[in-house]
Amino acid sequence: MASKAVYSHRDPMLKKRDDFEDMLEERRNSSDLRYALKCYTPVLYKGLTPCKVSELKQMVLQSDQLGYVITQVSKEKGMTSDEVTGEAAAILEEMAQRLQLSTVRFFAFTLSKVFKTLFRSICINEEGLQRLQQAIHNHPVVLLPSHRSYMDFLLMSYILYTYDLALPVIAAGMDFMGMKVVGEMLRMSGAFFIRRSFGGDKLYWAVFSEYVKIMLKNGYAPVEFFLEGTRSRTAKSLTPKLGLLNIVMDPFLKGEVFDISLVPVSISYERTLEEALYARELLGVPKPKESTSGLFKARKILSEDYGSIHVYFGQPVSVRSLAESRVNRSQFNLIPRHIPTRPSEEILSFVNDSAYRLVRAQEENMVLKPWVLLAFVLLQKQAAEEKQGTALDELTEQAVWLRDLSRQYGAFLHWPDHIPPSEVVSSSLSLHRGLVRISEGRVQLALEQVGGQQVPGETRGAITPEEELLNKAVVILSCASYRNQALNVFIRPALLASAIHTAASNRKQEIYNSFSFLRNMFSNEFILCPGATVQDFEEACYLLVKTGTLQINQQEVLITERGHRTLAFLTSVLDPFLQGYQVVCRFLCEQDGLTEKQFIPAVRKFIIKHLLTGRLGYIEVLSSDLQKNALAALIRLGTVQKIKGGEEQGTLKLNKVMLNSLEDTLGGKLPTQKSVVAHL
Amino acid sequence: MASNSSGSDSSDRQRIAQQRLSVIAGHLQRPVEGNSGILAAECKAQGDKLDVSSERRTVPRRRQEIMKWNGWGYSDSKFLYNKKGQAEFTGKRYRLSGMIIPGLREWMESTFGANLQHKTPAAPILNSSVVQPPTLNEAFLKELKSTGIPFSHDAEDRVFRSHGHCLHEIFALREGKIGRVPDLVVWPNCHNDVVKIVELACKHNVCLIPYGGGTSVSSALECPPEETRSIVSLDTSQMNRILWIDEKNLTAHVEAGIVGQDLERLLNESGYCTGHEPDSMEFSSLGGWVATRASGMKKNIYGNIEDLVVHIKMVTPRGVIEKSCQGPRMSTGPDVHHFIMGSEGTLGVVTEVTMKIRPMPEYQKYGSVVFPNFEMGVACLREVARQRCAPASIRLMDNEQFKFGHALKPQVSSIFTSFLDGLKKFYITKFKGFDPNRLCVATLLFEGDREKVLQHEKQVYDIAAKFGGLAAGEDNGQRGYMLTFVIAYLRDLGMDYYVIGESFETSMPWDRVLDICRNVKARIVRECKDKGVQFPPLSTCRVTQTYDAGACVYFYFAFNYRGLSDPVHVYEQVEHAAREEILANGGSLSHHHGVGKLRKEWMRETISSVGMGMLKSVKDYVDPNNIFGNRNLL
Repeated sequence: MASKAVYSHRDPMLKKRDDFEDMLEERRNSSDLRYALKCYTPVLYKGLTPCKVSELKQMVLQSDQLGYVITQVSKEKGMTSDEVTGEAAAILEEMAQRLQLSTVRFFAFTLSKVFKTLFRSICINEEGLQRLQQAIHNHPVVLLPSHRSYMDFLLMSYILYTYDLALPVIAAGMDFMGMKVVGEMLRMSGAFFIRRSFGGDKLYWAVFSEYVKIMLKNGYAPVEFFLEGTRSRTAKSLTPKLGLLNIVMDPFLKGEVFDISLVPVSISYERTLEEALYARELLGVPKPKESTSGLFKARKILSEDYGSIHVYFGQPVSVRSLAESRVNRSQFNLIPRHIPTRPSEEILSFVNDSAYRLVRAQEENMVLKPWVLLAFVLLQKQAAEEKQGTALDELTEQAVWLRDLSRQYGAFLHWPDHIPPSEVVSSSLSLHRGLVRISEGRVQLALEQVGGQQVPGETRGAITPEEELLNKAVVILSCASYRNQALNVFIRPALLASAIHTAASNRKQEIYNSFSFLRNMFSNEFILCPGATVQDFEEACYLLVKTGTLQINQQEVLITERGHRTLAFLTSVLDPFLQGYQVVCRFLCEQDGLTEKQFIPAVRKFIIKHLLTGRLGYIEVLSSDLQKNALAALIRLGTVQKIKGGEEQGTLKLNKVMLNSLEDTLGGKLPTQKSVVAHL
Repeated sequence: MASNSSGSDSSDRQRIAQQRLSVIAGHLQRPVEGNSGILAAECKAQGDKLDVSSERRTVPRRRQEIMKWNGWGYSDSKFLYNKKGQAEFTGKRYRLSGMIIPGLREWMESTFGANLQHKTPAAPILNSSVVQPPTLNEAFLKELKSTGIPFSHDAEDRVFRSHGHCLHEIFALREGKIGRVPDLVVWPNCHNDVVKIVELACKHNVCLIPYGGGTSVSSALECPPEETRSIVSLDTSQMNRILWIDEKNLTAHVEAGIVGQDLERLLNESGYCTGHEPDSMEFSSLGGWVATRASGMKKNIYGNIEDLVVHIKMVTPRGVIEKSCQGPRMSTGPDVHHFIMGSEGTLGVVTEVTMKIRPMPEYQKYGSVVFPNFEMGVACLREVARQRCAPASIRLMDNEQFKFGHALKPQVSSIFTSFLDGLKKFYITKFKGFDPNRLCVATLLFEGDREKVLQHEKQVYDIAAKFGGLAAGEDNGQRGYMLTFVIAYLRDLGMDYYVIGESFETSMPWDRVLDICRNVKARIVRECKDKGVQFPPLSTCRVTQTYDAGACVYFYFAFNYRGLSDPVHVYEQVEHAAREEILANGGSLSHHHGVGKLRKEWMRETISSVGMGMLKSVKDYVDPNNIFGNRNLL
């Protein structure tokens, strides 16, 4: 069990975090107009060579990198290089941002108004901003916010403008450009647009990567993008996408800059604007195409209370120190640097590890509200089919217990300690009154009423059992999206708890095998850094021993007297996922000639059937996110193969023996035998 | 060389050579008598050799008579702060000698936070008692005596040959710390003496370390502490004659112990030069140049040592290696000269070299160009290289070095000069809008016949103008080159006041020049901070050579070490990190300083395992018992 020192093993409770300041407070007390027109003089990168937007484009088009690809493409396609250059210029035109201070000022004004109505407060760690300012001065900076809402990048620019920091240029998905006016407005506030997929398009890739690199290297502006690639609909962090991270690390790896600072930013919403929208999307109601008019319809939202936002600017991470003794930079010595090359295995694994590290840094600084803990309790109660709900004081007791546990695990919990717990609980419940129902002092999820509200125009009597189920699912998935915010806190202990549960004996090695199996199984579901099984196991053991749940000696793992409650809680954390993956395996076992496209609708149908017949307990298994992750895991493990090309393009080839055995193992029917683990 | 043949051929050659000698003798001013007599006595076997050199030897056997034992250069030349607290350069040898340098003190104070109150004086004299008594191989010694070759095991002689000029070496000497030193010093007088010494060394299993000018900056002269055999330092300084000059082929055959300044001076007396001028040329020797693959500042006209050498004679434990003819180029398998050049004393002793010579240039002109920033300067040098019109020398200093050069301006006597200086400064910074904290300067040296030099000069200035360069006068240029010779003295001054530093070099392709300069300088600053250096370091660079495909860059790095318990260790860590940075960014391990023991650890990654194996097998064949046991390179 040789351990790589990727994470330092330290007590998560000792994590030092900065204090927050509410930036809306000043907005409520002074003129928004004056604020929008304030003198804006940010600190810039010390090596900056100032240039205009148009010069930037020229630099890209004249770069050696692009020149090389243009020549290549023109040879391949038999076009003149002028024609290809023209194409490149058009791509650039479609892509490029046109950051304008006036637009930013406009946004500053409007957003002030909007934010003040929507949110009680927007809390920022100002020390983080000071660190950021320092970082911007010293090195090119990449901002890496978490992505839970459309709001994220407007909010980021708003904060940076407010605190007189350099405004970023932001990589945004092309879908925004569909919204004509807004798209252009976003462009003028620093967004640049990239196509969602451009797989084989060499020219597009070259223009895009060169554009990003030139802005970064010259210190033109901090470059901002979302590591997760898209908004997480489940509030769990998504497996990081590596493309852009690879691009922004490249100038350092090739020696073109001394260092680059990566700044993870954690944005947590007490109530997500897109709450129900996400749930419906996960249930198969396709996401509405972004359109300007759609955005205005969202005006209804303005009348609601969305609590507060916490934005935590993390410690800047130096790419140089990440790469130290990890990457041999001299591998770039023998090929001219402007010739595009496929990154080596070494680089890919380095970028991948860094990405995980950064996402974990985002997770760690995500502020959790008491409601998140309540969501745990309520969902578990619901799954246990306690029809009459939970008494308020029981809920409070459980929440307090969970508060203490999560703090011991290092959660960044904002629980107002000066207020009696019962008040904390009731105020949380009242903010999320759409999701809960309180009657006669008992609390439960608002599963029944929702249907009528959310689907207007239909009479309640005509509702089918399937529709009723989906309506329940909307509430449950909404609620789960809050619970999920804290999953990262519990995931490693939960994996260990489940491993103890499924392992045949209490021998440490056996439990480790079981842990390793589960971890491997769920590494598409949670942020579990590839290759860090040993560290994760050690971290989990450490936490559970520290909190008095387990005693571990050389050979054995023993559960303490008071540990049972914790273990029961932790296993139930993982339970819905275990069941979900199990049902996906079951489903696949019964299939033949299924294509990847058919998978989601078919598995959804299958699950609905099982839920309706009561053979399946967890409604949240309906989440397409879980289903996709399960399939991805199975493909990764080789249990399912995607056939590429040919007539059967996209067909899934299934190894049913393996699927069966996996299903049983997940269900705890089979101990994780060596052979299974070895095979995986 | 036909030293052993006795045909008519030989006597013919002798006659011709004697004729030439009489011609050349006319140029010579005052031949010292007596010396040739001694030589004749000592080198009877080579009676037919002609010593065309006049007899003013720079380097005596007892180097301590004229040179510092714990610092750079001549004992009479050094920087110091006089009673008024002004910096002054003593002696009479250099243009700067005897002058006051008014700006130096302020520069030192502001750059390093140094202070005249905080002195770190060196140990004044060498305490012989701290020198380990010599481990002598009696049998070797006995036979050596019988050859009549001079030798010594005097402590001072041995200490002098135990080091080069790395910072840690000089620092230790200043503190009076002496490590392993050679046990014996021998002074062969000619090739045959060397043959005898090497034979004896092989016979008695004695370790030989060749010593030329002692200017190594790669720990190449350090005695390996693990060496248990008797170590003999083979000092070539007395093998310093020009044996013949061949005007038809423009070559000169020279003994390898001659130091650069003597070689140039003596050739100049005959109207020739080699044009090989490394910055250390006052003290470094021809054999050393060959052994380290040296480079001279005027290589653009004359070439580096590998371009200049026509024939090499080296004594190895296996015997003497040399080629049979002096053809200008040969296709006879891998060039054996390339086993010798860069062998750093691990294979044998270079005894005689035939070098190309050129008629002395009719006209020399210095020049300088100011650029708004370093990037423009590098772009200009690149363009000059692309057009292959580089002057004899072209060097580009960065902004910090430009300021440093400024601080070294001697006191000007006339108000008019200082007025002109002020005017120039005003013109550049105010009128042309150059940022004094970004501008940088290139120094130029043109050589050739007058008309061509002027034409060439115009071409270069025209290119410079395209990159925003402004001609900044001959004076600045000339001062730049003069400083190369005194800068080494300056380190000793720094060391008197808590400042330690050194320079190191590398070469890289053109497209990486700016990246390496930036990253290495930044790395130095960061490492100093990390290692607890209390004051910001001086971290500066200059491009000193241009090639078709790349350039050579020198870094200068120094810091104030007050508050550090082990400054040399910190220095070494930072230099190590800087070298790592160079390699990571595509720079070479060395352009011309060599590897020695200081940079050995990077050899394998530099030349690959197979490359190492090749070199190793050559070593194993040529010197199976590791007689040349300085353990450099491999």
